[in-house]
Amino acid sequence: MLGEGIVKGLAETARNFLGSFVDEERLTTVEYPEERLPQAEAARNFPFLIYDGDDAEKGLRCVACQICEKECPPRCIHIEKSKDKKPDYVGKQQFYPAVFDIDVSVCMSCQICVEVCPFEAIRMDTQFELSTDDRFGGLLWTKAELAKTNEYYHSIHPTEAGETDARLDEEKAKVAAKAKPAEAEMQAKA
Amino acid sequence: MTQAPVQQLDQIFVMLKHWLVGYVPAAAQPVVSSLLSVVAILALFPALFAFTTVLERKGLGRMQNRYGPNRVGPFGLLQPLADGIKSLTKEDVVPRTADKAVHFMAPLLLVAASFLAYAVLPVGRNMAAVNLDAGVLYFFAVGAVAELAVFMAGWSSHNKYSLLGAMRAIAQMISYEVPLILSSLAVIMAAGSLSTVEIAGRQAGYSGIWPHWYVLTPWGLAGFLLFMIAATAETNRSPFDLPEGESEIIAGYYTEYSGFKFALFFLGEYLGMFAISGLGITLFLGGWSAPFSFLTWIPSWIWFFAKLLALIAVFIWMRGTLPRLRMDQLMNFAWKFMLPMALLVMVSAGVWRFLPHGVLRWIVCFVMIAVPYVLLGRGLLQGKKIGKRTYRFAE
Ligand code: SF4
Ligand code: SF4
Repeated sequence: MLGEGIVKGLAETARNFLGSFVDEERLTTVEYPEERLPQAEAARNFPFLIYDGDDAEKGLRCVACQICEKECPPRCIHIEKSKDKKPDYVGKQQFYPAVFDIDVSVCMSCQICVEVCPFEAIRMDTQFELSTDDRFGGLLWTKAELAKTNEYYHSIHPTEAGETDARLDEEKAKVAAKAKPAEAEMQAKA
Repeated sequence: MTQAPVQQLDQIFVMLKHWLVGYVPAAAQPVVSSLLSVVAILALFPALFAFTTVLERKGLGRMQNRYGPNRVGPFGLLQPLADGIKSLTKEDVVPRTADKAVHFMAPLLLVAASFLAYAVLPVGRNMAAVNLDAGVLYFFAVGAVAELAVFMAGWSSHNKYSLLGAMRAIAQMISYEVPLILSSLAVIMAAGSLSTVEIAGRQAGYSGIWPHWYVLTPWGLAGFLLFMIAATAETNRSPFDLPEGESEIIAGYYTEYSGFKFALFFLGEYLGMFAISGLGITLFLGGWSAPFSFLTWIPSWIWFFAKLLALIAVFIWMRGTLPRLRMDQLMNFAWKFMLPMALLVMVSAGVWRFLPHGVLRWIVCFVMIAVPYVLLGRGLLQGKKIGKRTYRFAE
């Protein structure tokens, strides 16, 4: 009969309406600032720089090779190479970035910088509450703001960080293995 | 002894007005008296509008298992304040090619026309701003001004979407005005008067505990349903909200309105909805009278507003439930279903009037409406596949 469907529909909405007061489970809303969902592991938005140990200057993995600067599609990375060198994670003398800026108002979160970095130095962050009232300075992040610990990296992307660490350990072991025969040779010569 | 304070409470606003009017010289009294009524209407119904917007958003939210607005003030009740400030601070854009004067006047006219309609609504015993002999006629006449405002808005914007939206709105409003007026005609026939005050007064008696509301007769119930359906279409509410359609004509006739003018359209629309609900209450739901004889101690104005809120809730419920119609479905529904049913209701009201009291007229009038309803419904649904939609290409 005409109108049957309307009555059925009205019953359905009435059930939802009343149910939402009785059964909290029905309400799908997450009341954001007070309540938050855990972040997905693959979440990403802007890059940050990893450092090992507690000193951001000393432990920074970036060697200022400037590959990411060249590859970044919107060109939002700005790097100035240092004059002097400091040892990197395997102990080799390397340059380091005197200046490393990312303009996050331009960054498009493409993760290409992460893909191309040969030194596992740059990774994507999950921080998303970034609003600021300074639209120029506030969105231009300097090296100090970008540098974050490896522990932080583990806390946001555990799987990925584990893989990265394994790779670095492998490399360190290789270098150490290479260094040993060289040392032995030196000793033999002497 | 107990009757006196109850009556005083019932008439408290009337007494208040008389007391205030008593302070001005006799010559100015009629003017001041009407001014006071106007001020009351101007204060009360926009406040109700503000309240309804939160209510609507919260109600719709609950129907969709959401909370609805709950941030501004306790339970989100101050949300309209925030909305108002927002719309006031927004830029008021007027298209360069628009007819400036008409563009400016359209929202004002719409709101003014909606306010005018309240003049004849009896919101309580002795509480109509004016008692016109042709109150119902007046109501529909000012209601038609809203259509003019809509077309002014559409035409003056100099935008094809506005114009199309306005034409659509006019087509819809005029089509549904026919069943709207025809179904109220049944009540006018039964009451023998066009005065809203008189019609409400007629329904204030009781048989046993049951009131003499027109909705409690077969033709009255059918008439009320038709009236409310037509009222939904008149006020452009979902499921008849076709004058607005993002995918086809953007926001219809108010595409080119922004800021506070947009808010005025919104206000006008809601005021229209309250007014027409108020008329529905007056015509069918006994106006300000209590639903049972033992509840008459509750002041009449409380009853009117309780009924009004109930109808608003139904409007919100409808909006939360029904998907919108297509334009052709809308027109078919108006002319192929609403119109014949409204005519039948009128005839049935006449039959009711002339048959003697008793079970017989109940049966006759019920059959007169129910049988055509079923047949008409079957005819309309014939050849239509109703059920799960199948797609030819998409799976
Ligand atoms: S994520 Fe993409 S856009 Fe952002 S800094 Fe890296 S390469 Fe540039
Ligand atoms: S972040 Fe990586 S790719 Fe970019 S300069 Fe530093 S080491 Fe090179």
